Amino acid sequence: MSDEAHRPAEAPADLESAPPTDAARRSFIKGMGIAAVVGGVALAAGESALSALGTHIQSGTAGHPENRFVMVIDLAQCDGCKKCTDACNKEHFVPPGQEWIKVYTVDDGFGGKYSLPRPCQMCENPPCRNVCPTGASFVNKDGLALIDQSICIGCRYCLAACPYSARYFNWTEPPHAPEELGHTNTPEEPWPHKKGVVEKCMFCVHRRAEGKLPACVDGCPMGAIYFGDAAEDAVTNGQGETLPLRKTLSQNAAYRLREDLGTGPSVYYLPPRGRL
Amino acid sequence: MAEPQEDLDPQAKHILTPVVRSGWLFFAVVGLLGGVFLFANLAWIRQLDEGLVVTGLNDRISWGLYISGFIYFIGISYGGTMVSAILRLTNTEWRRPITRVAEASTAAALMVAMVFPLFDLGRPERILNLVRFGRIESPLIWDFISIGTYLAGSVLFLYLALIPDFALMDKVLPKRVRFRRVLYRVFKMRWEGTPAQHAKLERALFAISIIIIPIAVSAHTVLSWMFGMTTRTGWHSSIFGPYFVGAALFSGIAIVVVAMAVFRRAHHLEDIITEFHFKKMANILLVFSLAYLYFTLSEYLTIIFQPSSDEQALMRLLIDGPLAPYFWFTTVSLVLVTFLLAFKPTRTIRWITFAAVLLNISLWLKRLIIVVPSMAVPLVPGDVVATYTPTWVEWAITAGSFAAFGLIFAVFSKLFPMVAIWEIREGAHATSAPQAAPGGTAPVRAGGKGGA
Repeated sequence: MSDEAHRPAEAPADLESAPPTDAARRSFIKGMGIAAVVGGVALAAGESALSALGTHIQSGTAGHPENRFVMVIDLAQCDGCKKCTDACNKEHFVPPGQEWIKVYTVDDGFGGKYSLPRPCQMCENPPCRNVCPTGASFVNKDGLALIDQSICIGCRYCLAACPYSARYFNWTEPPHAPEELGHTNTPEEPWPHKKGVVEKCMFCVHRRAEGKLPACVDGCPMGAIYFGDAAEDAVTNGQGETLPLRKTLSQNAAYRLREDLGTGPSVYYLPPRGRL
Repeated sequence: MAEPQEDLDPQAKHILTPVVRSGWLFFAVVGLLGGVFLFANLAWIRQLDEGLVVTGLNDRISWGLYISGFIYFIGISYGGTMVSAILRLTNTEWRRPITRVAEASTAAALMVAMVFPLFDLGRPERILNLVRFGRIESPLIWDFISIGTYLAGSVLFLYLALIPDFALMDKVLPKRVRFRRVLYRVFKMRWEGTPAQHAKLERALFAISIIIIPIAVSAHTVLSWMFGMTTRTGWHSSIFGPYFVGAALFSGIAIVVVAMAVFRRAHHLEDIITEFHFKKMANILLVFSLAYLYFTLSEYLTIIFQPSSDEQALMRLLIDGPLAPYFWFTTVSLVLVTFLLAFKPTRTIRWITFAAVLLNISLWLKRLIIVVPSMAVPLVPGDVVATYTPTWVEWAITAGSFAAFGLIFAVFSKLFPMVAIWEIREGAHATSAPQAAPGGTAPVRAGGKGGA
């Protein structure tokens, strides 16, 4: 590709016919003109060549392509206590002002209300990754949308693109807990938190290595949040209750947020039926 | 202070005088703009130090004045492209006294615009990651490429049209301005003014005039795609490309009118840039004004008729929300400007300039109400409308960017004449016998060979 970009810089044939004094100026003018037009192309070529390099930065994100992690949230069980948010904040030293799993109170339109916890939806076709100019937002081999904070430039295009308001930005240097300081920031364990970069829920990818469920799942006293691998067709909540995934989704008429957008979220909601 | 010497005709001498001579007003204006600029730098240093927390931006409305300012400055850069390239290609004779101002405006606006993304980045020191790790799939990279190409093309355009004037200044300016004369000598590119050189320059200008038009159109179209490619209500619209390009031409021509008025007064060009030129520019503005009203109607009517809750929420925000005053100001002033430009009593230099200033304010606000309300619309069930109030830091940096635009113009006005002397001479030459003492005659109107 870079060869192609250089080719037009060769002097066109008619240049030779110009008088010597003019040649210098003309070639300069032409050179500048070509530089203006071709500059962008060369840049593009260089970029795509270099973008391959970007993948090396995202170290330690090995996963298995057959994995497809899903979360099932039973809205009928959720009482809106926000213990999931607390557990998440503690687990990841989440900077103040951010709620990686945020609990919304929804008016059901019939005089009632229900609570809706919103983690990252871990889209199969994530808009955040699609718009990211540097590849800092990427999808690892497990199919999880993660952030490489070492190359994020903080443009916040992903915040504009995310249809679930699931992304947060460190507007200033976050306060640091003593435990997070000795740690190395990786996409799976993004702490100590950094100023000027983007953050979000990462489905507790780091806890899986220890065989643990995500912090919010473990932290939910109602057992409303289930986590599992769609390939195994099973999800488990913090109480150790395991459900068959497909049957549960089908029988409860599960839905996903803004399904019409085609983002393919990995978070399924069971409708808030039969709540008090 | 020495005057431009040699056997210059009075008109050229008149045009060149401000390059070497500065009145108190010049220093007063530069001092004022410099003050605003310095203050903006202090605000920026504070922002770099503390982070974007010093802005009114938040996780819901994460783009604000900086992004809308970026769109605005890219937009006003269109004036030069329009006036210089299109009028040159169509051999429009009356362009001659205003091409330089227009091309300078494009270059100045782009120089300011290119800095804007730095204000908005959380990690401005990593800007080169756009090159190191750039993903060509991202519309932001498309922007980076198309706007970069556009800047290079515009600077080249400005420069090509400057070569004969550099040569002239190298010859006639007093020895006192030694540093600038070195620049002129280098940049005049051995220009002697021979017919062969003239022919080549005309060919080069003809070529760049053609090339710059698609480049300019692509720059703003791609910028609109940065929004259009998302799923957000109000942004996700196919009208965005033409709409952005239309707004850019509109505000760009208006800023050229403002610059014409400023330099006409400041450089005493009353006999060179006349009411005739303002009326011609008013005609172009009128066409864009009508086109823009049409775009605006198309945009909002299709939103109003959508029963979707997102679209309704957006429309309510616009007509009745915290940004409603801006929406109504923009809409009413666009209609008002159309009337001002259309009817005879207000087709005077004063009113046309007023209309151009009003237009720039309203199109600056328009960019803000494109960026912000779409982000304020709640997306998750149970979420509420988000709010955004810009802080003094954002206002200071925005004011500083306007000051920088003025300062770049001020520097330009000391580096080269604000009217292309060679273009006027060429026009006069083509129209009639060489004018012995033009100094202050009627503008060159019709006839003659222009472009290539």
